[in-house]
Amino acid sequence: MMSWMVWTLPTALFFSSIAAMLAGMTVWEIVSPTIERKGFLPIATTRGDRLFIGLLSAAFIHLGVIGFTSLSIWIALAVSAVWLLVLMRWG
Amino acid sequence: MNNKVSNNRAWLLVLPMLVLVAFSAIIPLMTVVNYSVQDVLGPNASFFTGTEWFKSMLNDSALQAAFVRQIAFSLVILAIQIPLGIGIALIMPKRGWQASAVLILITLPLLIPWNVVGSIWQIFTRGDIGLMGWGLRELGIDYNITRHSGDAWVTIVLMDVWHWTPLVAMLCYSGLRSIPEAYYQAARIDRASKWAVFRYIQLPKLTNVLVIAVLLRFMHSFMIYAEPFVLTGGGPGSSTTFLSQALTTMAVGQQDLGPSAAFSLIYFLVILLVSWVFYTTIMHMQKDKPPQGGA
Amino acid sequence: MSYRLENTQQGEKYTTIFSRITPAQRRHRSARSRWRANCLLGVYLILMILPIYWLINMSLQTNSEILGSMTLWPQNLTFDNYIRIFTNSSWYMGYVNSMLYVAMNMLITICVALPAAYAFSRFTFIGDKHLFFWLLTNLMAPPAVFLLPYFQLYYSVGLFDTHIAVALAHCLFNIPLAIWILEGFMSSVPREIDETAYIDGYSFPRFFVKIFIPMIRSGIGVTLFFLFMFSWVELLLARTLTATNAQPIGMIMTRTSTASGIDWGTLAAAGVLTIIPGILVVYFVRNHIAKGFALGRT
Repeated sequence: MMSWMVWTLPTALFFSSIAAMLAGMTVWEIVSPTIERKGFLPIATTRGDRLFIGLLSAAFIHLGVIGFTSLSIWIALAVSAVWLLVLMRWG
Repeated sequence: MNNKVSNNRAWLLVLPMLVLVAFSAIIPLMTVVNYSVQDVLGPNASFFTGTEWFKSMLNDSALQAAFVRQIAFSLVILAIQIPLGIGIALIMPKRGWQASAVLILITLPLLIPWNVVGSIWQIFTRGDIGLMGWGLRELGIDYNITRHSGDAWVTIVLMDVWHWTPLVAMLCYSGLRSIPEAYYQAARIDRASKWAVFRYIQLPKLTNVLVIAVLLRFMHSFMIYAEPFVLTGGGPGSSTTFLSQALTTMAVGQQDLGPSAAFSLIYFLVILLVSWVFYTTIMHMQKDKPPQGGA
Repeated sequence: MSYRLENTQQGEKYTTIFSRITPAQRRHRSARSRWRANCLLGVYLILMILPIYWLINMSLQTNSEILGSMTLWPQNLTFDNYIRIFTNSSWYMGYVNSMLYVAMNMLITICVALPAAYAFSRFTFIGDKHLFFWLLTNLMAPPAVFLLPYFQLYYSVGLFDTHIAVALAHCLFNIPLAIWILEGFMSSVPREIDETAYIDGYSFPRFFVKIFIPMIRSGIGVTLFFLFMFSWVELLLARTLTATNAQPIGMIMTRTSTASGIDWGTLAAAGVLTIIPGILVVYFVRNHIAKGFALGRT
């Protein structure tokens, strides 16, 4: 019944990591609730907001690298991961 | 708004809705992601292609053109519909049977199935049997939406204005109705000009409804499909092929699941970005404003 | 603000001293501007009605008259096109199918959206803002993105070509919309009402049904109007998820184009009939619309 979804290992890993992130954020939120604060982004954000901004910009970084450069996708992944961490910490 | 209680059991109230929407939203989205990295030939025959489809879609000139066309279209209809809608709302009768009659008449175009809207305008603009096409031809104007891309564009914009301005007008109308009569009386005592009344009494009250109107109109114009498909079929050439149609042609017509899935995801990410910017702006506008009483 | 006020007061002095406009003249002037507004509105309404009038006009003509000459109104009135639709089950079943799935969708949506909207308007909970945003993105996701997976999803769970499949698929955009509208209406009901009811010994379900829902009646009316509207007019998903048993009227209309050309008269008549349910729905909610089309927010 699930065969029509044509799962592959990379996409399965992708969705599991997203699910793990959501679960992790929920647990973190229960353990220590977030406080809205203002970092280098122009708006005040909560932890969840920063994660969302980070993931969305990561998607666009990947698209840019894939579409308009011949760099490896792993470089895009590394850049995105660093950007996500920067955003979570100082955003 | 300010006196909400923190209560995680509220999730129970949200849960039924969540299950239904997730069923329709998440499973198809996951499938699209799976398609986008593979060459799907059949139910049990697919090959992993990695990021190839994304690369070719991002560099596809036809799709880039459709994207630019789409943005131009959305901006044009917003620039026409929002002022026109406000104007109509201002001159609509406020009470009595005329108010109800005008309301019902104005809502009409909103309740017509989208492909029927396309059919209505296709008939209306035909040179041989349509009033508008025939009338323009009698006036000596060479009007033909299947041959001149300019005519096709004007007609689609006209159709969308006809179809959706009522929504803007109705939203503004109910925004205007919520202004207490006392405000107008005060303005009359002050001998305020019509423009002053509009600028300082009516427009501020309209801001919130206008944000909703712009958001709804942007979203729907960005995924416009059925009306231009029936009216012009995307032609002449590809001059009125908008994003949704380019996508549907690829997915259904040519059965290219992989590329169209990759394209869908790019499309979705763009929409996600735009709606996030919109949403954040709205939320900040509401936060900055002092809380207003009911009304 | 105060500056403007002074200015107008000076204007007042000025006009009272120098202008010779009598109150009667002023009334006359405002009557004239109202007349001008009515004219503009009339012109807009006529332009708006024209395409629909043309459809009705065509639906009352025979094909030979439509194609033969340009007539602004039917020369020899005929109801054949309508009779053809009402006597052929493959035609009128299209209307029945459309109405069935629209009604199912409205029922499902309102049942799950009411408690959810209440939760959003009264409580904060973990992830509430993100959940709300996620809902709105579904409102914005173009159905074209999801067409193929939808087909396969509903096919694999055995719901393909049933009314409930279309009703469920339309929930994708109707539930978020309903929550958005209802949340606005619910937020304008003061919290004190909830608390008083609980003190009076109401349980949550009883309070919700007996007190709260009647209070937001007009909001529910407006919501149902929107749900009807978006479910009734949508075709792309409805078309993809049905084949014969639950085919919507919009799809059946494409049958009018045959090898011998398009059957314009029947097409027009079918088009006119798709407008009628909409008129009925607006008629029923017209007073609520005037009250609360602004989605409860002002």
